[in-house]
Amino acid sequence: MPLPDAETLCAALAERLRPDLPSGAALVGIHTGGVWVAERLHAALGLGTPLGRIDVSFYRDDFSRNGLHPQIKSSEIPFEVEDRPIIIVDDVLYTGRTIRAAMNELFDYGRASRIDLAVLIDRGGRELPICPRWAGETLFIAPEKNLQLERDEAGKLNLRLIDA
Amino acid sequence: MKIHIKNGRLIDPANGVDAQRDLFIAAGRIAAIGAAPDGFAANRVIDAAGLVVCPGLVDLSARLREPGLEYRATLESEMAAAAAGGVTSLACPPDTDPPLDEPGLVEMLKHRARHSGFAHVYPIGALTLGLAGERLTEMAELHEAGCVAFGQAQTPVVDTQVLLRALQYAATFDFAVWLQAQDPFLGRDGVAHDGEVATRLGLPGIPASAETIAVSTILQLARDTGVRIHLTRISSAAALEMICAARLSGIAATCDVSVNHLHLSEADIGYFDPHARLMPPLRAGRDREALRQGLAEGAINALCSDHAPVDDDAKQVPFGEAEAGATGLELLLPLTLKWAAEMRLPLSLALARITCDPARVLGIAAGNLSVGASADVCLFDPHGSVDVTRESLLSQGKNTPFLGQRLPGRVRATLIDGHIAFESGR
Amino acid sequence: MRNPQLTRNGELQHLLTIDGLPREILTAILEAATPFTVVAEREVKKLPLLRGKSVFNLFFENSTRTRTTFEIAAKRLSADVINLNINTSSTSKGETLLDTVDNLCAMQADMFVVRHASSGAPFLIAQHLAAMGLEHIHVINAGDGRHAHPTQGLLDMYTIRHYKQRFDNLVVAIVGDLLHSRVARSQIHALTTLGVPEVRVIGPKTLLPADISQLGVRVFHDMRAGLKDVDVVMMLRLQNERMKGALLPSPQEFFKSYGLTAEKLHCARPDAIVMHPGPMNRGVEIDSAVADGPHAVILPQVTFGIAVRMAVMSMLAGA
Repeated sequence: MPLPDAETLCAALAERLRPDLPSGAALVGIHTGGVWVAERLHAALGLGTPLGRIDVSFYRDDFSRNGLHPQIKSSEIPFEVEDRPIIIVDDVLYTGRTIRAAMNELFDYGRASRIDLAVLIDRGGRELPICPRWAGETLFIAPEKNLQLERDEAGKLNLRLIDA
Repeated sequence: MKIHIKNGRLIDPANGVDAQRDLFIAAGRIAAIGAAPDGFAANRVIDAAGLVVCPGLVDLSARLREPGLEYRATLESEMAAAAAGGVTSLACPPDTDPPLDEPGLVEMLKHRARHSGFAHVYPIGALTLGLAGERLTEMAELHEAGCVAFGQAQTPVVDTQVLLRALQYAATFDFAVWLQAQDPFLGRDGVAHDGEVATRLGLPGIPASAETIAVSTILQLARDTGVRIHLTRISSAAALEMICAARLSGIAATCDVSVNHLHLSEADIGYFDPHARLMPPLRAGRDREALRQGLAEGAINALCSDHAPVDDDAKQVPFGEAEAGATGLELLLPLTLKWAAEMRLPLSLALARITCDPARVLGIAAGNLSVGASADVCLFDPHGSVDVTRESLLSQGKNTPFLGQRLPGRVRATLIDGHIAFESGR
Repeated sequence: MRNPQLTRNGELQHLLTIDGLPREILTAILEAATPFTVVAEREVKKLPLLRGKSVFNLFFENSTRTRTTFEIAAKRLSADVINLNINTSSTSKGETLLDTVDNLCAMQADMFVVRHASSGAPFLIAQHLAAMGLEHIHVINAGDGRHAHPTQGLLDMYTIRHYKQRFDNLVVAIVGDLLHSRVARSQIHALTTLGVPEVRVIGPKTLLPADISQLGVRVFHDMRAGLKDVDVVMMLRLQNERMKGALLPSPQEFFKSYGLTAEKLHCARPDAIVMHPGPMNRGVEIDSAVADGPHAVILPQVTFGIAVRMAVMSMLAGA
């Protein structure tokens, strides 16, 4: 199956967001792929609010099974969350568990006025009642495969399918 | 009861014998070696093929914990452990509760021991009342009750004036005095050798000078008083050097070392193993090497188990709070064999250090297989082995740093006064 | 002999001492601590990592300060924290240390934070848990006798890394009562493991343990010589009971020779940092002008301490 070009998808996703963007909205990318996508969107949309980045490792529901993730990044939320519309950005939406964790973490920064979700790819396979407001593309990927966003040396984003 | 022990390798260091010889026992004594006496009809023939037949072991320090410390061990349990370890004569240090400072206590101990049918027990009487280092005990009375020497176990006499008087008094009657060299102040709160390991583990240290200062004091007072002095459980190379130098200047001091110090060093404390909490402390590796060499050369006269059964409650605590001591009666022979193998020593020389040599220190006729001697005999399989586990130890004390190890040599039978006190199948 | 604080896979099972821990584990703890520092700046300073877990602060020796930092760390990880201050004199009479531990295990403890006056006590507990097949219960040493205080050592390393970025070009001096100091031992092991090329210890001979140079340090008795060109000065606390007697004649004389003053600090590099594990004896081991001066990073140490303890607890709970 040929995968779509990630950079083209980012541009398309930005255009989908643009008409619906609430005023004062802030983007929060989820480490690591979601941050790359959020950076593209942030530049394309020319947002005034600085970009937020979160690492949801502390909120993952598989901590007791898998332990602490070895390379946790610090979350950076360089704006007031209270009463602000927030758009969570991730690369690939799958079970929805990461988004659950990201929302939990955001609530520990304050009460956002609303939270939306933008993803580059929705690959199906949800295990929680979570639905993106914007998706670059919807693909159906077999459970034994992992869809990953990668960044090459030149900084270009690419999608890659690997065995789970 | 007449016993014929046949086909064994007879090793009797006292008489310079190491050969395949049969041993004949009658009326509790060695009746003959080699050929049977005329008309000898054995009630029991023991085939000792593949086994070593040697004098029963003489242990210079075994605590039976009676009187007073029966929750740790009883005379019965420890005497059974001695027999299983091939030990047929043992000296008891006076650190019982109360200490062995009254003739009645000594008589009771001797009486209990005699009726156990196991090893011959030789109590070391307390040198001072209550081991308190203040008043002399009635040494002559204690001697009559059965004490073969006098000592302080692990409690040093703080007042050197008292020590001088005690040695003078003992010398008056030609009683031997056994002392463990430990300065009462240096390393007073210490629990381990004052070296790298104590520093690393944050354990209060006991410097080697705590031993050498006391050795020096004891040797000088021994010279002045002419007392027969025996230094127990030496632990450092420096102490051994001082004793050797003193002998050259005419002080006839003897000394012994424990099986623990012969094999272990401060490094064996590992991660705070309370079984390695010993008194004196395990010292540096170079000290251990000097002790191993000194024992081989005879500079150290004897090897002993320094048997000290300690209950779990007193050991299952942090290292520094743990009671010092290790069980050892059943490990004396295996650890002697291990030392001999590692040092490539003749078996006969190694066995001398746990038979005739300690008997000489004690001043008793045991530790040899001369015709007419008490038939105290140990039969062991030099190619067998023992696994040191809580279950395998007969002693009530399960406390030893050798727990979990496999050691060489297995006692097959122990005879005391011609009676079979211990026997195990192949 | 397997290091009792590591699992068979070489992961951290307990934190008992820094001695013998591989550099990768130390680095991993320091790396993991950074995101926890961010949590303290948020509206809600809690993380759900230890939700539903019971952490027992088992203090056989009083220390409100240390206990509080562990308590805050555990609570920020959403654990239930139970503080037990156990008077050692009462345990010595009746219930043993291991009786106490058995009781708490029966109450479904998940983690013990242990402070004890005897070196090695947390090892005893860890070994007992292993013997009882309770390997899912973790032990953190919060200071045992003179032996170790590993979380203090780690937070000190975090602080050094925060200000100096790297370890492989530093000269570090530890000053004062090393003989009785568990903090100093953990600092020395951490510094040498992380590759600090020169670790110095400075103190009078009465306060330096035997053969300390075997731990990989250079020994100085003259403080000015010892502080020459150092990047980090780590002061130790001098306990009151050691100030007069056979170890030292008086606190005044100690201050004169080994107290950190601005004048002595002048021997160190101009950008040197000054650390202290607290609580400080001003005018004994450190002059107020230094303690409150621009080189001191003593309060950041406390702040970082919470994050480092959160990181350790999370790593253990996830092992």
